[in-house]
Amino acid sequence: MCAYSIGMIKYYNILREKVQKNRGTAIVFLSIVILLLDLVFRLIIGKNESQVVATYLWDGLVIGLAIGLAGVGLSLTYSILKFANFAHGDMITAGGFSGWVAVFAVVGVGKFDMKNLLLIGAGKPINVTELGISVSTTPVVILFGLIVAIVGTILLTLFIDRFVFRPMRHHNDSIALLIASIGVSLALRYGLAFVFKTQNRGLTAASLTASYSVPVGTGSVQIDLGEITLVLVAIALMISVHVFLQYSTLGKAMRAMADNRDLALITGIPTEKVVRATWIIGGALTGAAGFLITLERGTISFQFGWILLLFIFAAVIIGGIGSVYGAITGGLVIGLTSTVSLIWIPADLANVAVFSVMILVLLYKPEGLFKGVTTA
Amino acid sequence: MKFNIEMLLKNDVRIVVSTFVGISFLFIIVAMVLGLDFNGTINTIQRIMFLSAVYAMVVLALNLQWGYAGIFNIGVAGFMLSGVYTMAIITGDPNGLIPGLGLPLPIGIIGGVLVSGLLGLLISIPTLKLKADYLAIVTIGFAEIIRYTANAITFKTFSIAGIEMGTGAGRGIHLPMNPIRGIYYIEPSNPGLGKTIVGEYIFGFFEIIQVQSSVVVSWTYAIVLIFIVGLFYVVIYRIGNSPFGRVLKAIREDELVANALGKNTDIYKMKVFAIGCGLMGLAGILWQGSYGYTNPTTFQPILTFYIFIALIIGGSGSNTGSVIGGVVFASLLFEGPNFVRRVILHVFKFDKAPNSIIEAMIPISSLDFEPFIAYSLANISSLRVVFLGLVLVYIIQNRPDGLLGDRKELAASIDISRRPVTETREGKEA
Repeated sequence: MCAYSIGMIKYYNILREKVQKNRGTAIVFLSIVILLLDLVFRLIIGKNESQVVATYLWDGLVIGLAIGLAGVGLSLTYSILKFANFAHGDMITAGGFSGWVAVFAVVGVGKFDMKNLLLIGAGKPINVTELGISVSTTPVVILFGLIVAIVGTILLTLFIDRFVFRPMRHHNDSIALLIASIGVSLALRYGLAFVFKTQNRGLTAASLTASYSVPVGTGSVQIDLGEITLVLVAIALMISVHVFLQYSTLGKAMRAMADNRDLALITGIPTEKVVRATWIIGGALTGAAGFLITLERGTISFQFGWILLLFIFAAVIIGGIGSVYGAITGGLVIGLTSTVSLIWIPADLANVAVFSVMILVLLYKPEGLFKGVTTA
Repeated sequence: MKFNIEMLLKNDVRIVVSTFVGISFLFIIVAMVLGLDFNGTINTIQRIMFLSAVYAMVVLALNLQWGYAGIFNIGVAGFMLSGVYTMAIITGDPNGLIPGLGLPLPIGIIGGVLVSGLLGLLISIPTLKLKADYLAIVTIGFAEIIRYTANAITFKTFSIAGIEMGTGAGRGIHLPMNPIRGIYYIEPSNPGLGKTIVGEYIFGFFEIIQVQSSVVVSWTYAIVLIFIVGLFYVVIYRIGNSPFGRVLKAIREDELVANALGKNTDIYKMKVFAIGCGLMGLAGILWQGSYGYTNPTTFQPILTFYIFIALIIGGSGSNTGSVIGGVVFASLLFEGPNFVRRVILHVFKFDKAPNSIIEAMIPISSLDFEPFIAYSLANISSLRVVFLGLVLVYIIQNRPDGLLGDRKELAASIDISRRPVTETREGKEA
């Protein structure tokens, strides 16, 4: 009996010490447990239906992976080039537009006015049901669009790096680079608005996209093929980035540069080449993210990437800058927060919840969940 | 080498006044080309002056944070919003569609400044130790939280301790009548009820030179704002040259050293955050207050970037540069393109602009640039921001100190970097 209680006290003391050391983490952990208990309670008393919660989880997963995929590119450039790239969101938009220009031109050739197709209907709105693009009916063209988006964004990032960031690189001033990226962001976003106009427009024919319903509890969750494509491609791309960084020579050089730039320089790593590789990989992921997000949403506007940017920053910071898994985890945290929080708070405050989570992480765990700058 | 503050001040006043005069002169020419009458010309200059004064105020407030203390706050729009909305809620009609507290305007303005300052203080406490780029992300995130909250239907109307109030959500919120109107009208909300004696005389005088009474009222407000810019300048100049300001500059140059010298840099940063954000709130009130109405869309992050562009043009660290930057940004970069469009359309009288950029580009192959120019002019609002972005990139690459940035105020009270050779121990050196 006595030995038992001494054991308890010992255990309690160890626990108390740990909690005191990581008070922030403990508070977060405790609030998550309380929220989960409350969720179970709500499900039992029937305040929330299980299929609604399941829908939130699925939507959160889709949004989270999209943000995570977009975040990997940002995380790479952040850790290796040492600045917060505020133009990243608009690079996502540019990727989306370049991919969809290709898809529209291929699908609509002969049936619609080519000049208008190349502008995704900027001159005169295009009836998307008549055009009939969807993952189910035109998968090959969608794949082609994805490749164009990737190549287009790589070229764009290399161009921007050549004329904006490279001339500033020797100063090593992260705030000057950040401000320059804000300039790039403004020019890029409104350049797209100048060419493609400002209206939001449809891309895919929702009626043609295959949709499956998965029974949950008394109802069901709708899952469509666009979402599935996004989830699968995102996971595949993330795994390949991980393998690349972990096992290829270039990947190792990139990680070395993220950890310690000077050390990388004196060990003979060709830093300028590594920087270019960073932009190429980051650009590819960014373009893919832009195309997949718009594919899943079925609409595009000139500032969708910019609106996403703060969420992506949030994801990257939560996960830890420089970590691929961190970006994915951060993305999932953001995505799930934005949907699951709807159980407790009204929809128009979901964004407030997301940014609050980001600020809290920055304050209590600024190195992120995955400790950052390891690039793994 | 003595540092003559009086001379400097005279010189600075001359720079600011000549910029104002030069820009007014430019817009008079523009108005003449456009064929505006005297009333229209006067009104154009008033609009430019008003916007320039607003930007000069916010840029001065930002200069206190970034230029003096090196705090990279990119949540300016959020702190302006909080000031304006607090003022609106305090002064709103308790029986209106969106109820308010119904208190007088001065209390509203003081409340707005205090709330913005307190929010600045609130966000400063946990962010003191963050790196500059993290601070940037936190402040822009915080500003977006403020904006999303003002935009949320949940707070369209709410009640605290049984008192109804609200933000009006996406529809926006009404702001009280500009008290300047009270100088001219007996009943400011209804000019039909007659004019005051001042109104009779001044309107009478301006009627002779054919200036409408509404333009006179706006001009009065613009002059008041220019006066307030002067106050902002003096306040920030005084802060900057006080012992407090010297510590701020030391923090900007090297926080570690300032700390090592026994200054509690955290307290200084908190104070400068609170003062700067309070002044941003005040600037927001004075800007939106004259419109009688405001909404959350006005305070998107791009507003913060505009203010940063203005500060960087002028040169961060220099108060005179801040004023010049605000004036140049508001008049030439922000309003300028619209006037360029109006002048070109007035002089050349183009056909209707083509519907899409491809249709506008095709005629270029036969050296017909007219459709492309017409398309560009029709979409000048987008093109303007592209231009602003490029200007920002150009300045940060080539003139990171801005127009007057070489005059960045020094942390030391004497310029030790330019000590004359005669004063060195070895005497004159080669």
